[in-house]
Parts: sequence; structure tokens; C-alpha cells
Amino acid sequence: MTVPTPRTNNGAAAGALLRAHRFRAIELIPWILAIAVYFLFPGYRLLATQILVLILFAISLDLIVGYAGIVSLGHAAFFGTGAYTAALLADAGWQEPISALALGAVTAGLLGWVSGWIILRTRELTLLMLTMALGIILYELAKDLDDITGGFDGINFENTAILGLFPFDVLYYTTNYWYAFAFLVLGFLVARTVVHAPFGRSLVGIRENVRRMHAIGTPVQQRMRHVYVIAAMIAGVAGAIWVQVQGNITIGVYEFEMSGNILIMLILGGTGRLYGAFIGVTVFTILENLTETVLGTDPPYWELVVGVALIVTVLFAPRGLLGVFDPLIRRFRERTP
Amino acid sequence: MAAAFDIATTILVFGVAYAMLLFIISVGLSITMGLMGFVNLAHGAFAMVGGYITVKLVAPLGVPYLLALVIAFFLVAALGAVMDRLLYRHVYGRPELDQVLFTIGIVFVSVAGVSFVWGPDPQNILLPEILLGDVDLGFKNIPVYRAFMIVAGGVIVAALFFGLERTKIGAQVRAAVDNRRMAESCGIPTGRLFTIIFALGSGMAALGGGLGIQILGGLKPVFAFEYLVIFLIVVAVGGLGNIRGTFVAALLLGIIDFAGKYFLPEGGGFFIYGVTFIVLLWRPHGLLGKA
Repeated sequence: MTVPTPRTNNGAAAGALLRAHRFRAIELIPWILAIAVYFLFPGYRLLATQILVLILFAISLDLIVGYAGIVSLGHAAFFGTGAYTAALLADAGWQEPISALALGAVTAGLLGWVSGWIILRTRELTLLMLTMALGIILYELAKDLDDITGGFDGINFENTAILGLFPFDVLYYTTNYWYAFAFLVLGFLVARTVVHAPFGRSLVGIRENVRRMHAIGTPVQQRMRHVYVIAAMIAGVAGAIWVQVQGNITIGVYEFEMSGNILIMLILGGTGRLYGAFIGVTVFTILENLTETVLGTDPPYWELVVGVALIVTVLFAPRGLLGVFDPLIRRFRERTP
Repeated sequence: MAAAFDIATTILVFGVAYAMLLFIISVGLSITMGLMGFVNLAHGAFAMVGGYITVKLVAPLGVPYLLALVIAFFLVAALGAVMDRLLYRHVYGRPELDQVLFTIGIVFVSVAGVSFVWGPDPQNILLPEILLGDVDLGFKNIPVYRAFMIVAGGVIVAALFFGLERTKIGAQVRAAVDNRRMAESCGIPTGRLFTIIFALGSGMAALGGGLGIQILGGLKPVFAFEYLVIFLIVVAVGGLGNIRGTFVAALLLGIIDFAGKYFLPEGGGFFIYGVTFIVLLWRPHGLLGKA
């Protein structure tokens, strides 16, 4: 959970902080892989697109869980709100996808602003309960208003071509893949900037020691609210893309399972490091698909796998899959100064 | 007027029956959370296992219902004690996020395990003759099963209060919830105490699972997920480690939930979440919880 900069020397610490936000060559790997997947596995583009969107969703959750230390079990509230904004707009005739997505970010952000103002005044279990309650209230509302939301059956809708040039393709997921890819790049850059900015450093400070941050005059409450809104907006964008690439929406976007799974994926990958989202989502989604195609869903082997994976992760690798490599990397660095 | 009275009593009877069930299952969770500050999302899994044991003892084996409940209580209590010693103890004192994930993992495993052993189909219970039909209260007929639920709940509540207020172990638990380090300094073995409480709480959850199969609408392997939220809500609204608070919260939420579903069959589901939201905003530590 801690940031790996345990230097005693002040100059070295400052240097590490300055270096931290520089782009390194190794950071290109996930993007190159993402581009390669499109060409190498054309049959799996639907799955790959979903992975890209979920990574964006997980990154938004990482901002609040991994950086600000706010554990949320209701993050699907924002995902679903963004998704429904985009879908209902398209259904009502506003079929331009990017503006609909932007409006999805705005509504999700508004929800984050209002709910954050209320929820973030609480701590620990109460906070957990309230995030969960918010998610469930929205799910139940969407279920009740099924003449608007389409309920379990959902709504099909169509979007016009992106920028008037690239029509969505629900059969081969060509445009759809790059649409998700582009917004993942954008969302990632936003998140990366946020966490390396002084704002992001103060979030880490709040996570590690709230009292000290209060004492040095950080407006703790305000910082938490702000990052909550930013995370809500990114989650809203992810939700909008999720439904736009499929041309269909059901109340599943609000389900508790969505909130639970995304948290699990993030933790499996590792929190507070942005790239944990990439690893966690990819491993989780691919394993889920493999298990369900090879072993089937009945009896539910996948639940068994996830359950055991979670227990083992918490007991033996509390910093996620990426965290497993930390001691190795540290040793390597110490040998080659 | 008579109609309004009839509706009110119906809501009260069904609501209180549901509330008793909520209390029986949640109270163990409340104490373990209050005692160790441990977030146990897997509590519903113990209720589920208890329910399955009861069903399977009654139907294929022909064990009487009440005896089956008692057996389920002891089996799951033993299971709870073993889990506490073998698994849970490793995550006490860890950050709450770890506890959340760890216990969600246990829920997943329990869901899979139950469907491996007993299959994915919903299970229902064959209640004994004596619990079927209605009982006449003079002004109104109420179902025997609900009346039984209320009486059983009442007995358990009374026993629990007695145990907690009048026995040595009860005093130790209250001391440990209040101030664990101080209690330890006075020589109270909080670790062992916790195992006992954990086993007892798991057993109570199993009892609730077995008692409530009909009220909760049958048993499915996803039970542990479906009801996870509601038990936690009862605990949070009541205040951690506060038995009286848990009881008040169970009554409040049980009656409101039934009333909501009675008057608005379509949209009554989110009433209790709304109430939870408001209560926790007003008193973040629960109705009777301490700041």
C-alpha cells in the first residue's frame, strides 16, 4: 500500500519524486500489447474491448481506493450513470457518441459531487456501507423504472459514426476497439497527471496519515471530494463506452457484482500504482473466460477460483500481483546503483 | 378503520417476524465486528450453510425440524471456531480492505462449495404440520410460522440479554468490546473469548438460516451474496458491538422493509437502503453506537 520511496536522504527523496512522473520506456509495453492484440486475435476483439473499458473503470477506482484510501463497494453507481446517460440520449435521438459520453461524465461527476459531499463525511465501515447503499439504491431504482431503463431486457440503441467518419461495428469490433483504446489512453493520462501532481501527493498523504495532513493545513475534506468527482467522471466515461460499443444497455451496469468485481480486479493487480488495473483486469477477465469455456458455469468453478485467489492474495500477496515483484525489483536496483 | 387496523397488524406481525430473523442472524456479526473491528462479509455464508444443513437433515434424513435446527447450530458453530483458528486469525488487525477481500473470497468459495455439494437448484423446506396453518388471536388470524418466528426470536433475544448482562462471559465480552486493551490488561483472554463469540455468532446465523428459509423465499447458492448487504446494514445501523442497537435496527428495518413491499410491491425494495442512508448520515456510528 505504501509508495516505494523509503529514502532517508532528502535530496534523494526529492529526486525520486521528480523522476516519478517521467515516462519510462517500460510503460509502453501495455500499449504495444493492446495494439498487437487487435491484429493477432481478431476473434477476441469483443473480449479485448471489454478489457480496455474495464481497465479504465479500474483506474478510476484506483484513484479513490489506492491513492485516497476511500474503500468503495458502490463504484458501479458512476459507471451505470454514465452508461445510462449515453444510452438514453442515443435512444432519445441524440446519437452523436462523443458528446453523449461527455455528458455521461458530467452526470456521473454530478452524482459523485452530491454523494461525495454526503458520504465522505463518514469513515471506515459507515463509508463502506454508504457507498454500497448508494449503488444498490440506484440499481433498485433502475429496476423499478423499467419503462425508462428497459430493466433486465435492456434497450438497444444506435450511435452515429465517430466524428462522422468511423461507424460503430458490433460484429467485428473494429472502430469500437479503437474508440475504447483512445479513451483509455486519454483517461490514463488524466489519472497519471492527477496522481503525480501535488494534488495526488496530498491524497497519498491523507491516506497515510490524515491527522498530519490536517495539521499542516491541507483541506482534507475538499481534496477527497475532488478526487471522488474525478474518479466518478472517469467511471462515467467507462460506463458510456461500455454500452456504446455494444449498442445495448441493461440494468446490469448498476449491479453490485460490477462494483465488487472491479474492486477485486484492482486489488488482484495492485492498488495505488495505476498499472495494477491493467494486470488485474486482464488476468481476471481472461481467467474468467477460460474457466467458463473450459469447465463451464455449472457447477461454478469460476467462483471457486476467484474465492481461493482472493484468500491467497490477501494472505500471501497483500500488495497485488504487481507487488509480488517489488522485492525483486528493489534488490535489482540496489545491485545496480 | 377496521381495515386500517387489519393492515397495521399484518405489517406488524410480518415485519416483526422478519426483524427477529434479521436480529438472530446479524447479532453475531455485530459482536465480532465490535470486538475485533473485523469486517466479516462472509457472515451470510454461515447462515446459508446452516440453512442447507437444516434442509438436508429434514428432507432426506427425516430428522425433526427443531432437532435439525439444533444440529445445524452446533455444526456451524464448530465450523466457525475452526475457521476462526485456521483462517480468520491471520487477517485480524489488517487494513479493512484486506478483510473485505478476504471475506468476499470466503463467500465465493462457499457459494461454489454449496453448489458443488448440493447443486444449483433452489431448496425449500418441509415444515412440520404443527407450523402450518393459522393461529387465532381473537381479533385476527396470523400464520403459525410467523408466530413461531416471533416467539423463537423473543426467546433467543431474552437468552442473549441474560447471557450478556448476567454471566461472567457476558461481562467479559462487554468489557472487551468497550476497551479491548484494558480488558486484556485485566487478564481477560480476548483471543479465546473471540473464538467462542465467533462460534456462537456463526451458530446463531445458522439457526437463522434454518428458521428463515420460508421467509427468505428458499435457499440458493447465491444466498450468501444476496443477503450479505442486509445483515451488514442491520449491524451498521444498530452500531457495532451493540446488541440493543442491533435489535432496534432489526425491528426498524424489518418493519420498514415489509411495509415498503406491502404498499409498493414494485418499488419497495429500496426503502431500507434509503433509511440506512439517512440514519448513517444522522448518526454515523449507528443508532445506539458510540462515537
